[in-house]
Amino acid sequence: MTGWRHDRFGTRIDRAAPLSFSFDGAPLTGFAGDTLASALLASGTRVLGRSFKYHRPRGLWGMGGEEPNAIFDVTHEGRTTPNVRATTHLLRDGMALRSVNTAPDALHDRGRLIDRLHRFLPGGFYYKTFMGLGWMRWEPMIRRMAGLGRLDPDHCPPADTPQLSARCEMLVIGAGPAGLAAARAAAKAGREVWLVDEAGALGGSLRWRGGIIGGGDWREFANETAAAVTAAGGRILTDTTLWGAFDHGLFAAWQRRTGAPDRHWRIRARETVLAAGAIERPLWFDRNDLPGIMSAEAALHHLVLFGAVAGRRIVLATANDASYPVAAALAGAGADVTLADARDACPAPPEGVAHLPSARLTGARGRTHVTGAQVNGRTIAADTVLVSGGYTPSVHLHSRAGGKLDWDAEADALVPRPGTSPLRVAGAANGGFGLARALAEGHRAGGGTGPAPGADGADWRLAAMRPDPALPGRQWLDPQNDVTLRDVRIAAQEGYRSVEHLKRYTTLGMATDQGRSANFAGLAAMAALTGRTITETGTTTYRPPFAPVPLSVIAGPRRGELFDPPRRLTLEPQHRAQGASFREYGGWLRPSAFGAGDEAALAQAEAGAARESVGLFDASPLGKIEVIGPGAADLLDYCSYVRLSTLKPGRARYGFILNETGIVHDDGVVFRLDADRFVVSASSSHAASVRMILEEARQDIIGPGRCFIHDVTAASVTLTVTGPRARDLLRAAGLPDAILDDATLPHMGVTETDWNGHPLRAARVSFTGDRSYELTVPARHGSALCDALDSARQQVDGRWIGMEAVMILRAEKGFILIGKDTDGLTMPHDLGWGGPRERRTDEYLGRRSLFTPEANAATRRQLVGPATDAADPLPTGAHLVPIEGPRRSLGFVTSSCFSPTLNRPVALALLEAGREKIGQEIGTFHMGETGRARVCESCALDPMGERLNA
Amino acid sequence: MKRYSALSLAAEGLRGHRGWKPAWRKARPAPEYDAIVVGGGGHGLATAYYLARNHGLRRVAVLEKGWIGGGNTGRNTTVVRSNYFYPESVALYDLALRLYEGLSKDLNFNVMLSQRGMLIAAHTPMQMEICARIANAMQLNGVDGALMGAEEALRRAPLLNRGPGARHACMGGIWQPRAGIARHDAVAWGYARAASSLGVDIVENCAVTDLLIEAGRVTGVGTDQGTIRAARVGLASAGATPGLAALAGVRLPVLTYALQAFVSEPVKPILDTVLLYLGTGTYVSQSDKGELVFGGGLDRVPTHGQRGNLPMQETVLSGLLEMFPAFAQLKLLRQWGGVVDVVPDSSPVIGPTGPEGLFLNCGWGTGGFKAIPAGGWLLAHLMATGRHHEISRPF
Amino acid sequence: MQIFTCPFCGPREETEFHFAAEAGKRRPEPAETTSDADWADYLYMNAAPRRPAREVWVHLTCGEFFTMTRDTVTREVSDAAPLPGRER
Repeated sequence: MTGWRHDRFGTRIDRAAPLSFSFDGAPLTGFAGDTLASALLASGTRVLGRSFKYHRPRGLWGMGGEEPNAIFDVTHEGRTTPNVRATTHLLRDGMALRSVNTAPDALHDRGRLIDRLHRFLPGGFYYKTFMGLGWMRWEPMIRRMAGLGRLDPDHCPPADTPQLSARCEMLVIGAGPAGLAAARAAAKAGREVWLVDEAGALGGSLRWRGGIIGGGDWREFANETAAAVTAAGGRILTDTTLWGAFDHGLFAAWQRRTGAPDRHWRIRARETVLAAGAIERPLWFDRNDLPGIMSAEAALHHLVLFGAVAGRRIVLATANDASYPVAAALAGAGADVTLADARDACPAPPEGVAHLPSARLTGARGRTHVTGAQVNGRTIAADTVLVSGGYTPSVHLHSRAGGKLDWDAEADALVPRPGTSPLRVAGAANGGFGLARALAEGHRAGGGTGPAPGADGADWRLAAMRPDPALPGRQWLDPQNDVTLRDVRIAAQEGYRSVEHLKRYTTLGMATDQGRSANFAGLAAMAALTGRTITETGTTTYRPPFAPVPLSVIAGPRRGELFDPPRRLTLEPQHRAQGASFREYGGWLRPSAFGAGDEAALAQAEAGAARESVGLFDASPLGKIEVIGPGAADLLDYCSYVRLSTLKPGRARYGFILNETGIVHDDGVVFRLDADRFVVSASSSHAASVRMILEEARQDIIGPGRCFIHDVTAASVTLTVTGPRARDLLRAAGLPDAILDDATLPHMGVTETDWNGHPLRAARVSFTGDRSYELTVPARHGSALCDALDSARQQVDGRWIGMEAVMILRAEKGFILIGKDTDGLTMPHDLGWGGPRERRTDEYLGRRSLFTPEANAATRRQLVGPATDAADPLPTGAHLVPIEGPRRSLGFVTSSCFSPTLNRPVALALLEAGREKIGQEIGTFHMGETGRARVCESCALDPMGERLNA
Repeated sequence: MKRYSALSLAAEGLRGHRGWKPAWRKARPAPEYDAIVVGGGGHGLATAYYLARNHGLRRVAVLEKGWIGGGNTGRNTTVVRSNYFYPESVALYDLALRLYEGLSKDLNFNVMLSQRGMLIAAHTPMQMEICARIANAMQLNGVDGALMGAEEALRRAPLLNRGPGARHACMGGIWQPRAGIARHDAVAWGYARAASSLGVDIVENCAVTDLLIEAGRVTGVGTDQGTIRAARVGLASAGATPGLAALAGVRLPVLTYALQAFVSEPVKPILDTVLLYLGTGTYVSQSDKGELVFGGGLDRVPTHGQRGNLPMQETVLSGLLEMFPAFAQLKLLRQWGGVVDVVPDSSPVIGPTGPEGLFLNCGWGTGGFKAIPAGGWLLAHLMATGRHHEISRPF
Repeated sequence: MQIFTCPFCGPREETEFHFAAEAGKRRPEPAETTSDADWADYLYMNAAPRRPAREVWVHLTCGEFFTMTRDTVTREVSDAAPLPGRER
């Protein structure tokens, strides 16, 4: 127990609001405003978890997204969330924290024995073994050991993240001194600025380092900036992580809110300032992974904001000026501080701090936590070792936006090369370490003219610190993934010298801190080991997100029905009232059957009734695309496989639309209403693509001024009445004589008329083989039509039928469904529609492709109707195989059902050279079982079409 | 080549791992080779390995413009499977899968093949019918494919969305027990190490800028490290292939798109199969490290830029959460994009082209990783013999 | 999220657009007498260029086809115009 709570410090905590929580079952307390990390630090808990591979004890390292160790499964209000980063998560009353990778708890973890085998388990050891018995033998064990936290199987967070889009004149990323200065300058010039910061308040490092800006306290400066931003119409988003930069200047940001769903922002800005700061580097020495070894910057952060003091006997090892105020603050808080500076020439030490210049930290003492530091060959007893190895600028978003990096020796860091990304970079992100410089750069980046806000103090000076391959012991570079300097040495020895190879081979930088603390160390170590400079060694690719973002935030509300909204019928309420069950067909929610009971049995009964008397179904999803104008006939001649210019007004014709590759894209009936007005029916799922095929030909071939195309599918309701008593039903419903008279409306005729004062289009087309009427009215009159037909239905013993029954009716007739009875190779002549291919001499879409060697091949799969004497239908998806000889697929069953009318199964299939096999026996194959079928014509019922006019 | 084994690992452990040798020699290009393979991804390295091992060619070079395995080989979701419909495709991908099954031992490099099984999940009766069609085709082609019902699917993936609001409830689908995942980088490194030990020169940071053609014959390549002669040149460079082929006047039926992949923070085992959801287009598996590795469709804008955009990210992530609502607890850790070469019929292009001595292996689209051993095997056969292997003839 | 500019509707998000073809592809006429090889070339072959590319796109919501010039690596769009001979 070493960390403690100071009674004076702590700007963010409310001591009047104590909170209870537990860690690995032990009850603890903290205050409102604490992060999980600060509460645990103040509680004196040292061992917070175990590392991924060796199960070494792990303690708190940092203060933000760079934290690799303090990661917990957090249970709150009955729900557990895995892998919560302690430094960025606020404490709530009653939270239960569970360490990851530990059993039974962090301190007594049984897995710690693995560390004794560490010499046999170097980076990438698994590539060299586990081969004899096969990887699968070992994998379950390895998987159980890996993996950080545990998912709560019963916790399904809601899909409630709104996705909001915004534009602004200037986006400023980071609200530290540089970001504040940029936002202030821009806002004062009247520009609309959005200022975004990950933390819960403005100020960045000023919040714990403090500062006098323009002669006043930094808080005044921050408040004044906030006021200026708001006054100029801008916006301040705190608790917001700008996680991604995308093409065409788009930024994505995750805003965390308390008591309300998080938000996902998509922000486009005319200009962007990146002031994301820098992250402190660790130092590398023997056992530098022990709990109690912390980032110096983080110690100051936890002290000032939360009153959480890292320890009582502290060694602070550094090589830069930035650590001096840290030492001073900790000493001022009552800790015994030894400041060990690696430099020979150091600034004067703060008062009350023991000072060791030219001090080299070579090792730490302790087993489960640090008990001493080895400096210049002697051991200094300490309960806490703070380290600072310099700072790494946060250039992630600059790189994602296409920016390049240069080595800056003075900053000892890779810094953005000006002008290589659209972002202007300022402050520590630019390698400028010091308040005055941050303010000046921010001011300029914000477009400020005149002098920048002033501040005292020179830039921090620093000496470069590197992992030293000559130093004995185990030096950790990536504490979560247990990558040590030895692993990098082995990687270098084995030739994994490119930075990407190093990462992938050793897993360095692949932990959930995304390499924030490890990447530079790995790069520097590889450079040292291979005698190259850092620039020669390379840089890793920065991959989004900038910080781990909840999947739910990016996914947004697109879940459940909103994931892929099905289209709904205008008459859905009526159908529900009629007792329909609904299912999705081609993207539309349609009645599958009506009434209670087994769907298949209902479908049989409905299909039987439709053949016996009359059936009604909602055909509204059928695509309806109007083609209007003097060029309409030419366009359709070009786009259709069958000629349509020869169609007379008032008549309809069935045909196909092909791709330019000759493949059947869609089928349907085209109506000619007038000389220059057609309606193309498309399959419900193909309406949009058929429209595009027509559009392309209209604009490219026919000439855009000669006709127009208008998709009116959604504007109307279509109800189909089919069966021998269809006309009786229409008559009972009071429909006009023009429809009822076969002379004025014969089969394949279409007429437009008026009914009850609104337009009604009636067509005699049949998807069932029976006399059928397709009645189309404007959507708003659909319910009137539905009511009229429904009343009449009862007089003629009719029945509403669902799509399952329609599928039976059309299968009996051998009518195809595109995409089900055809595939990506089917051409019209495979479906028995060779006529236009043989006879048409004019050009049409896809024609040339119908005469290639493949199109002429004798082995093409053709539509047939395999029949069996068995009581059960052939399984759809069964294959057709030769009865003798080697077994291979000759084709497959595409549709299959029992026909209530024929009282036997019917089926459709695509069969290799199927036409010439008609009358022959063929084998069937389904899930290992074989059988026999007879190859028949695809039309099983009424091949002469007599029922159409019955 | 120093053999990898538990024993060698233990011995090295005792002497500080000082004895490991470079996995592959850092070769400088010689002026002339018997065969040059352009592209140091999985396909190129496998080609070189099989040229040396199957056909005894000793003077072989792999030229890689960056670092080996840095393209799509290291940018995919590591799934291996052969659950295809057409016999030609099944033969090709199953050759790959069979080679994968022996690869760790063959290369003496653990590629961590985990044949945990893959389910292609259906949500409508019509999709189940298509699944039956494909599963039957697999069986007829001698590949392990079966139809799986909803109950068994939910048993294997218990966290699947079974709530009343599920947009695409799982009805079952096609199950292939031998499908699974492998460690993508290890495939590249394993082939590189094995090829190098057979004398293949693997030249990194060597960009091919020209194809040398004399009298209708390939005579070598121009690179930023100078001219390198060879009478046989194989292109195995995925998205960069159209540009290289154009140097020989060869046009390809290829468009290039970005394909994104995603990785979540790691958690303890929660998913033991590879899953592709037809309803959402999202596929997912859990890596040995515990991360969910997932992806979906292509970004719909042709590109050569290796990065993705938000619309597809939103689609893939919402698709994943629609499949597994509990995964909404997790965070996205990494995301990246690769450039894939897509052919209209989604079948690869393997064969001789243009000038004599030039051979292609491209157009794998989103399926390149799973095909690596076969792609290498077949291209090597072509380059060594000048003739197609039975399996590559249809492509 | 890329922004493309439909010459008829203005700037819109990439999801509203669909790539149609590489610009300059001409349908061989008369197709009837075009060789199988030339026809296959027309149907399937692409240049898939790196960097500058001129392409035909369609704005799905208005249905208009237009040409776009853009860099396939940086994804910067330099020009979007109606098809030749089309007025806005």
